[in-house]
Amino acid sequence: MLGWEFPPFISGGLGTACYGLTRALDQLGHEVVFVLPQPVDNRSATHVQLKSPNDCRTSPAYQIHGLQHVEFHGIPSNLQPYISPGDFVQQAPAAETAVPNDPQSAGGMTGHYGGDLFTEVRRYAKIAAQMAIDEKFDVVHAHDWMTYPAGIAVSAISGKPLVVHVHSTEFDRSGELVNQRIYDIERMGIQNAEKVIAVSYFTRNIVLKRYAASAAKVEVVYNAIDRNGEHDALPPPIERDEKIVLFLGRITMQKGPEYFLAAARKVLEYEKNVRFIMAGSGDLIRRSIEMAAQMGIGRKVLFTGFLRGDDVARVYKMADLYVMPSVSEPFGIAPLEALSHDVPVLISKQSGVSEILTHVLKVDFWDIDEMANKIIAVLRHPPLRATLREHGQFEVRRLTWQGAARNCVEVYQKAIAALN
Amino acid sequence: MASVCFYFQVHQPYRLRRYSVFDTTDAYFDDEKNAEICRKVAGKCYLPANQRILELIKRHEGRFCVAYSLTGVVLDQLEAFSPEVIESFQRLAETGCAEFLAETYYHSLSFLYSREEFVAQVEMQQEKIGRLFGKQSTTFRNTELIYNNDVAQAAHEMGYRAVLAEGADHILGYRSPNFVYCPPKLPIKVLLKNFRLSDDIAFRFSNRSWPEWPLKADKFAGWVNQVNGNGYTVNLFMDYETLGEHQWEDTGIFDFLDHLPGEILKHADNDFKMPSNVAASYEPVGEFDTEHLISWADTERDLSAWLGNEMQSNALQEVYNLESAVKAKGDEALLSDWRRLQTSDHFYYMCTKYFADGDVHKYFNPYESPYDSYINFMNVLDNVAVRAKGTAAASRGA
Repeated sequence: MLGWEFPPFISGGLGTACYGLTRALDQLGHEVVFVLPQPVDNRSATHVQLKSPNDCRTSPAYQIHGLQHVEFHGIPSNLQPYISPGDFVQQAPAAETAVPNDPQSAGGMTGHYGGDLFTEVRRYAKIAAQMAIDEKFDVVHAHDWMTYPAGIAVSAISGKPLVVHVHSTEFDRSGELVNQRIYDIERMGIQNAEKVIAVSYFTRNIVLKRYAASAAKVEVVYNAIDRNGEHDALPPPIERDEKIVLFLGRITMQKGPEYFLAAARKVLEYEKNVRFIMAGSGDLIRRSIEMAAQMGIGRKVLFTGFLRGDDVARVYKMADLYVMPSVSEPFGIAPLEALSHDVPVLISKQSGVSEILTHVLKVDFWDIDEMANKIIAVLRHPPLRATLREHGQFEVRRLTWQGAARNCVEVYQKAIAALN
Repeated sequence: MASVCFYFQVHQPYRLRRYSVFDTTDAYFDDEKNAEICRKVAGKCYLPANQRILELIKRHEGRFCVAYSLTGVVLDQLEAFSPEVIESFQRLAETGCAEFLAETYYHSLSFLYSREEFVAQVEMQQEKIGRLFGKQSTTFRNTELIYNNDVAQAAHEMGYRAVLAEGADHILGYRSPNFVYCPPKLPIKVLLKNFRLSDDIAFRFSNRSWPEWPLKADKFAGWVNQVNGNGYTVNLFMDYETLGEHQWEDTGIFDFLDHLPGEILKHADNDFKMPSNVAASYEPVGEFDTEHLISWADTERDLSAWLGNEMQSNALQEVYNLESAVKAKGDEALLSDWRRLQTSDHFYYMCTKYFADGDVHKYFNPYESPYDSYINFMNVLDNVAVRAKGTAAASRGA
């Protein structure tokens, strides 16, 4: 498994999915060798022992409590799930100071990888391939484009089938302004894979149309959520008259923050006793703050920055409605989290998760009036909130990671059969 | 002696147009879509079915007869969008072999919320029936066969001699729906739907995985003949749209109808009766006693299709909360709009039962979800409230 971040440092759906899937595979008794980039300058990484980059070729495996069949291999690297080529360049100086300039450390490559995300992705692939020589496994499972080259390399060196898992595509992240090099890597991963897992039919369609994958190769496995009653232990929020409408996610073009704000303005013309919370970080956060101010609703919109741990549970507990106005959302795990925290949900129809949720409100992301209409209805009518909550909770309980993991195992078997 | 008693429900609601919280006009109804549906159903069901039935009545020289329950709102729409259907019903009325039952004008659940409104709506419907077809009925049926002892009491007080109900197993127990019953201590007769034989036609007729498929008239007549000797009447109650709309013409439903009277009448002891004749012909064999409300809907045969979740009970309550304000206003257009909002279909669309499974509820639902339907309805109701009360909208919870 060529995956991503593990708790408690999860920055988005990709990490959540890798964790949920791996934990469920473990529970089902499958052995997993989990390879992930280990941030070299992460000062708060106390739960794992970081090895010097010099050791990376022989990076010792470690285990995480509670996961019996999973062996972790960290590859020192500053790759991050939601990084863009531009961001990576900006971060380069920090990376360079953290990594000694030792030709050995980069698996035979030069250690000057800091300037270019694509060079780093290739370096990562080489190290992963070398690491794989000593490991035993039946199938290679790679999550999103930055690990596809590693997946291809591991598959080539081991002769084991490759499964690539498409959590998002360049078209979701960047609209039509795609980065050609990222697109090329995505297409190469999809073409080289024996099987492709898409997180929804929404995404499967993109994979078929834009990446010319053969339909027989692409399977849909929906994401899921595990209920952990932890949030129930939180103290009840302070009593208040004010209603809260919540946006929680990365504040990027893909997530549609400007549609949320436009709907908020419309709602505020009709309902005074309501506040809008935008929780998350992202490249559009400044613009969103400015936009709220320009609209004259700055006082009514609260930006929290990136939330983690209990703060996420707390903000859900306060919310009367969760809104996900995504422009193009391959899946969207956050609505499942909201539902499992008893929060009614309004999602855009341009999302994979809308394929499996029926007891939620749905709108086209661009339909500001309808979005405002539905937000107002939820604020005004307690029976609507109650009915959405009651049925939504019930519905979300059926979506488990063990179910998703079983589906993945089926895909593995098909991939193995396809290669033989 | 086994009588076959057909009753067909004929109803179309005034569907609402998309009405957002930002709308302020009093144009609530989707005239275009309502007209389109009316004309479509007229073409596929009402006109061809009326024509067949008229032919059957003539062919069997009055030995074949049927009953209809026509809501006021379907008659209003037919008059506006498809008047030839009214004329074809009038031709049926002239034969004397078609009975037009009494029900609420607006196909409403008013019995549960306002007895005053309930009585007013039944009187309105009977007035309209009398005006169009010349003859009122002595048999009452409540919306969706919603029934309990109180419904029978109310029908009796209004002067009806018979009332229709679902032959629900959990009330009948081992007893058969093929007899006439009466409610406790009331001189009114209850005719019970034989839901097995009714649903064989209404729901299973075209189901190819049903072992009895294809259902032919002679086979069905055989099942009716089995009742001979241990029952008086087989009450076949169903939506009229079964003929040609729910069961399309290519399923053979009209051929089935065409041959059925002949097959039934082959047996000398059989005949066809209209509900009022059944009530007049047979004495009750026992009590049909239910305090709990039953209906003909879904497998539960209860009210959960209209009152199964908080949205539905809230919406219904809010509608009837406006009754005194609307009536005090003395505005005929407002009163009519408010009454059209009482039609049970609006609340059926809000049903969350089975929603995820996509079944019959979805088939009849013009909305994408029950939540959308509730939001739309409440937006409209808010505007009605503003018109009725001048300022305040429908009461809102915190």
